[in-house]
Amino acid sequence: MISRRTRALTAGVVALALVAAACGDDDDSSTDDTTAPTTAAADDDMSEDADEAAADAAAGGSDAACETVDSVSLQLQWFTQAQFAGYYAAQDQGFYEDFCLDVDIVEGGVEIVPQTQLANGDVDFALAWVPKALASREAGADIIDIAQIYQRAGTLQVAFADAGISNPADFEGQTIGNWGFGNEYELFAAIGRAGLDPASDVELIGQQFDMVALLEGEIDAAQAMTYNEYAQVLEAVNPDTGELYQPEDFTVISYEDEGVGMLQDAIWADAEKLANDDAYRDQAVRFVAASMLGWTYCRDNVDSCRDIVVAQGSTLGASHQLWQMNEVNKLIWPAPEGIGYIDQTAWDQTVAISLETPNLEGATVLTEEPSDGAFTNEIVEEAWALLAETGVDLFGADYEPIEVTLNEGGE
Amino acid sequence: MSLARRAARRSLLFLVALVLVASMWELYKLLGPEDGGEIFGWRIIPKTNDRAMPHTWEMVSRLGEPEVRGRDEPIWQAILGYGWYTFRMALVGLLVGTAFGTALAVLMARWRVVERGLLPYVIASQAIPLIALAPQVAALGGNWDLPKWMWVSTLSAFLAFFPVSVATLRGLSSTPPIALELMESYGAGWWRTLVTLRFPAAVPTIVPGLKLAATAAVIGVIVSEISTGVRGVGFAALTYGQRATSDPAQVYTAVFGAALLGLILFGLVVALEMALMRRRPAEAVS
Repeated sequence: MISRRTRALTAGVVALALVAAACGDDDDSSTDDTTAPTTAAADDDMSEDADEAAADAAAGGSDAACETVDSVSLQLQWFTQAQFAGYYAAQDQGFYEDFCLDVDIVEGGVEIVPQTQLANGDVDFALAWVPKALASREAGADIIDIAQIYQRAGTLQVAFADAGISNPADFEGQTIGNWGFGNEYELFAAIGRAGLDPASDVELIGQQFDMVALLEGEIDAAQAMTYNEYAQVLEAVNPDTGELYQPEDFTVISYEDEGVGMLQDAIWADAEKLANDDAYRDQAVRFVAASMLGWTYCRDNVDSCRDIVVAQGSTLGASHQLWQMNEVNKLIWPAPEGIGYIDQTAWDQTVAISLETPNLEGATVLTEEPSDGAFTNEIVEEAWALLAETGVDLFGADYEPIEVTLNEGGE
Repeated sequence: MSLARRAARRSLLFLVALVLVASMWELYKLLGPEDGGEIFGWRIIPKTNDRAMPHTWEMVSRLGEPEVRGRDEPIWQAILGYGWYTFRMALVGLLVGTAFGTALAVLMARWRVVERGLLPYVIASQAIPLIALAPQVAALGGNWDLPKWMWVSTLSAFLAFFPVSVATLRGLSSTPPIALELMESYGAGWWRTLVTLRFPAAVPTIVPGLKLAATAAVIGVIVSEISTGVRGVGFAALTYGQRATSDPAQVYTAVFGAALLGLILFGLVVALEMALMRRRPAEAVS
């Protein structure tokens, strides 16, 4: 019932985008709110160029030239939010269509494990953090990382400034919140590197996916994603001042900066099909290429991507989504080797931590080195080749994040 | 007349109870410790600050404010939308569960051997946690390309069938022997006896089972929504709950929605009960 409505809505949005493209119209006309008209115009020209060029690159030239449109599905890790903006943008801006794809973006849920959905054949592609997907792979899921969209980890540990927690060594004797369920290994690696024993030197407490426990003083440092929970505390009112909490009120430890970051959102594919099914492999290349275009679009059109995500029925407020979009961009750009490329060093660091870091129960993410074929850069490279003549910037070397002001409750 | 008066009195009592609960909440909030407390080292005394226990009027006034701050749709409208979706899935679940539960009960009442063989499994089925089952059923639904609401309703039916089948079995097998002997003397067969005697005589036992099933059906839908991301009241409760950091009252609006759904389904069963009981001879309504 609702799915039909969303499908109708999606169809409507896509149709709108098509009409806009056909009229050679300003892409942002349907989603105003762009503040600086000059830059917006420049961005639009760029994205339109990219749009047309992408259409040329795709097999036949224009939309009508698609001999067949392939339907593929993508499993997200959670509900619609800016974390997945690039895919929604690729759909909204018609990039998937240009590559003769009809993409069904499937929302996640509490018990939905994307890589399991993929291994079960319920979806064609799935987003997953690398360590979790590798653990599923070790348990028998025949999946492969075909594009490392997030180049950096966005996990933080957030404490009140007066708690004096500015690096992992300060965790000693403190109560530290973590999410468990495989989200805790960066924390354990950081504790280990600081020379602390997780069993005796710190008190570890399971934490909800919110920041209530930190604000309530139940824990001294809370786990947070840059693009979500950290924004939540900055959207909450400080009862002492009556104003929102300010960044100065907190100290933030970034696991990426601490050198224990593990690779996060990546596109995973069915390894067996990728090796033996040429049609699927071809779809994978086109899907990755169009998704990359979506992410470059979101890099250059932060406001527009926020609007696209909000229009997709996200239940998070607009300033929260803009913050999230900006923070997600920071995890992707600049992409030193090009968007999607799986960097061997970062991969090895992820695998090493997965192998060597026991959690409280003494379990590591992996018990042995991943077998061959856990990732490939071939798909990414072929996708780049498809995008070569568009001239779109796949590196974002001069990417600059924007400044986002959060409002109460993410309004 | 008396029916109307009884309905009026019931609604009044309901309101009084509601006000009582709300005042107890506010009273504890007023008197209880701001930061909670411990008993024998166990942190079991709830905190009373505004984040842990928002004021009841804040929860209610939140209903009139937008769902997503900065947008137009007020939360009560959003909740009604989610609720209508959840309600339809729960209703389908209740109907399917009732049909399935009744069929099982009839089979078990007809052949003792089926009862002995089946009943342990019926009971064991309820020991499976729904959150463990939901992703499996979701995966199956995905394989068969079923629309999402269909397998959510299936899970709801899975919870709802149990009280129906147990209550119906109980009702069908406790028909007064005298009445059974009378039917026998008429030469009525088993099925004939079932339809004209056993079922009507079992209604007072079946109805409580149906009432349990009505709330179970709602719970089934909500739990499935939370674990698999279908957008009904359960989804609202989950996403609002995650915003507790800056907006602690919001999650209670979803709780209101869920409670209302349970009440409505329960009310439907009560209406059915009244319709069924009205035609009973006075001496059978004990």
